[in-house]
Amino acid sequence: MRRDWRLLAAVGIAALAALLLLGAWVVLTAAMIGSTMTDPERESVRALLAPRAAPVVLSTFALVGCAVGIAHWAYRRWVAPVARLLEQAQVLASTDVERELAGFGPAEVRGLAKVINGLVQQRGQLRRDVAQQVAQASRGVEQERNRLAALMSELTQSVVVCNLDGRILLYNNRARVQFRALSQAPTLADGAELIGLGRSIYNVFDRTLVAHALESVQQRLARGAAHPTAQFVTITRAGQLLRVQMAPVRGVVAEEAAGSGEGPPLAGFVLMLDNITREFEQESERDRLLHGLTEGSRGSLANLQAAVEILDDPALDSAARERFLGVVRDETAAMTRRIQDLSAQAVRGIATRWPLEDMLGADLVAAAQRRIDAQLGVRVSTDETDASLWLRLDSFSLLQALAYLAGRLRDEYDVKAVQLRLVRSEARHARLDLVWIGQAMSTETAMSWEIEPMRIGNESIPLTVRDVVARHGGEFWFERERVRHAGLFRFLLPLASEAAELEAATFVRSDSRPEYYDFDLFRVTDATRALDDRRLVDLAYTVFDTETTGLEPSAGDEIIQIGAVRVINAKLLRSESFEQLVDPRRPIPPAGIPIHGIQPDMVAGQPTIEEVLPAFHAYAHETVLVAHNAAFDMRFLQLKEDMTGVRFDQPVLDTLLLSAVVHPNQESHKLEAIAERLAIPVIGRHTALGDAIVTAEVFLRFIPLLANMGIHTLGQAREAERRTYYARIKY
Amino acid sequence: MTHKILVADDEPNILISLEYLMKREGYEVFLARDGHEALEMLRRERPHLVLLDVMMPKKTGFEVCQELRSDESLRDTKVLMLTAKGRDTDVAKGMALGASAYMTKPFSTRELVEKVRELLGTSA
Repeated sequence: MRRDWRLLAAVGIAALAALLLLGAWVVLTAAMIGSTMTDPERESVRALLAPRAAPVVLSTFALVGCAVGIAHWAYRRWVAPVARLLEQAQVLASTDVERELAGFGPAEVRGLAKVINGLVQQRGQLRRDVAQQVAQASRGVEQERNRLAALMSELTQSVVVCNLDGRILLYNNRARVQFRALSQAPTLADGAELIGLGRSIYNVFDRTLVAHALESVQQRLARGAAHPTAQFVTITRAGQLLRVQMAPVRGVVAEEAAGSGEGPPLAGFVLMLDNITREFEQESERDRLLHGLTEGSRGSLANLQAAVEILDDPALDSAARERFLGVVRDETAAMTRRIQDLSAQAVRGIATRWPLEDMLGADLVAAAQRRIDAQLGVRVSTDETDASLWLRLDSFSLLQALAYLAGRLRDEYDVKAVQLRLVRSEARHARLDLVWIGQAMSTETAMSWEIEPMRIGNESIPLTVRDVVARHGGEFWFERERVRHAGLFRFLLPLASEAAELEAATFVRSDSRPEYYDFDLFRVTDATRALDDRRLVDLAYTVFDTETTGLEPSAGDEIIQIGAVRVINAKLLRSESFEQLVDPRRPIPPAGIPIHGIQPDMVAGQPTIEEVLPAFHAYAHETVLVAHNAAFDMRFLQLKEDMTGVRFDQPVLDTLLLSAVVHPNQESHKLEAIAERLAIPVIGRHTALGDAIVTAEVFLRFIPLLANMGIHTLGQAREAERRTYYARIKY
Repeated sequence: MTHKILVADDEPNILISLEYLMKREGYEVFLARDGHEALEMLRRERPHLVLLDVMMPKKTGFEVCQELRSDESLRDTKVLMLTAKGRDTDVAKGMALGASAYMTKPFSTRELVEKVRELLGTSA
């Protein structure tokens, strides 16, 4: 179109130019000849030419035609080929097409085409090289991932990888099995409510405990320790004792920070879990027996030894002798009884040695200082601290004890500043003193602080200071320093074995990263924005479906099956599904059986809705619910809220309404119709899980369609749902 | 002069031996069977030395020791702690709370007698 227009313009200009030239020539010639003529001569010329105007006009037209022809030819010869080449080159530039341009037009244009051909070829080559390199690299990454996956699945230890928000990014099968054992609804959610990609590790572990371990790891990292790991032991809600080892996952150093000598930032952490419940019980039992045999026997032995040594005394009269022989008989019998009791008993449960970890004393003191200052506003000075001491601690509970004592000092004795002292006490123990200047309490008060359950702020902890000390096999007491007018609480704490100190002494500042952590999984972070502002692609979803005895929950219809799958990062996680039959405690109407295929004998003996809903609630924790015709399913769930005590108050999306949003002109928004429209293969429909999977597939395909309509966030999607025709007639 | 000695232990089988041993040494002996009784005896009889068991009902030996040390009038009483707990943390705590000496059960009667003599400054 544009070329035609330009051709027309060229021709028009040529014609106009010819006309103007000719006109000018005629006028000029006529004027010059006319000036040499006399009037009668002019008159005769005019009379001669006037009747012959036609040939003049004709020749003018011929001349103009000639000019037009030449212009047209010239345009075709010189301009059109360049335009054509330009267009073809533009096609090449804007696409990946690799094609030889044909030579046409004048030599210059042909030459230009050749140069362009050369460049296109170079571009193609370059592209192929890059593609090959990318393919190679991703093959490498893929291989690494496969290798890591294989390695992880072989491990007998549970491994869970989290980002800094505590979201699970990776876990192995062993972890899955272990969490299944921890799950309080073991047969129902099958542990999937605890462990799953994108789930929070804080569902399993106390947030402060993990944060504390992370802080220790960071301290060790900052110090350049060779093995910056931390360990904690925790009792899960299901009563299991877990030993958790934490190792950092380091990110990549930003370019500009590379030279600054700072290590790469922490991107996440790896948790390695051991269930040590049985180990611990066995060790406790062994310890108790040993304790009974040693300390328990000391008293008896003392009584015996004293009596026997006195019996050697020749001055003893016979009555006295009989008394001491009585002691010997008595104690011998007592010891026999004790040994019999010990070997017969298999009593357990005495808390003895709590598993402890090695920690640098300076780290402990620094952590305590920060915590007491931040939580209580009590200033802590830490001079007189032997920074080189390594302790063997349960640092979490010990810090709680220190904060608790400092808190009571502040609240009851108005103490605003304390001092922490840490020095070696004797060969195997260190003294940790909490010192304050001012009024000292009575021994009774100190004793009551030691044996009362600890409170820090509003938080009440079932442990006492005495328990904490017992975990360390240490001692604790209160002393007054009269000279300084000061009081102090003293902890005797075990020193770490020499191996730990040796390990600490051989610090290596290593910049090399472990090679098998080349994942991009660490970029995900929890947005602090409200859920409504989060993008649909970033959210975690529980897509579910229920099968029911009928359509009227208010008329006594009940759920007989719940099926659900999880969608994280726009991926459907089939392996983390939820499927559970429910005993409705009422007959199943035969009319529905051909649809859902659930026979009465299938639900007999299954758990009831009071057991299933809490499990499903845990499974759906921290996710957005998605269902097809969600209002129907939600009514069933909501009617049970009072009875089961679980509320599903998270946001809900409805694929039926979303379908009406993206395809407003379609007649049917039934699940089958949508699936057909989006070419989703439908397998196992009309089981709750089958329908949930189809719904999830539909939902995943809707996300980009919604984005095309400018609907990116959860809030926008819910608003769009609200505005659809279907929503208006439904609610 | 005769030294007064208090023996505080809740086990009669050791009390009888300790009482005999101390009497044989010529001391005047008083007996206490728990922490409360021990403190009462201490205040009433003002003994020169107390053989103090750690694990006693009502008040432990540690508590008795601490109270005794905070009482000006009793401050000079020697305290020899006896305990079935053999851990060095217990020893450290006992010494910190003011014990003059510390013996772990079982002990030799001869050593005990010598220790008492030493504390009272009557060793030969």
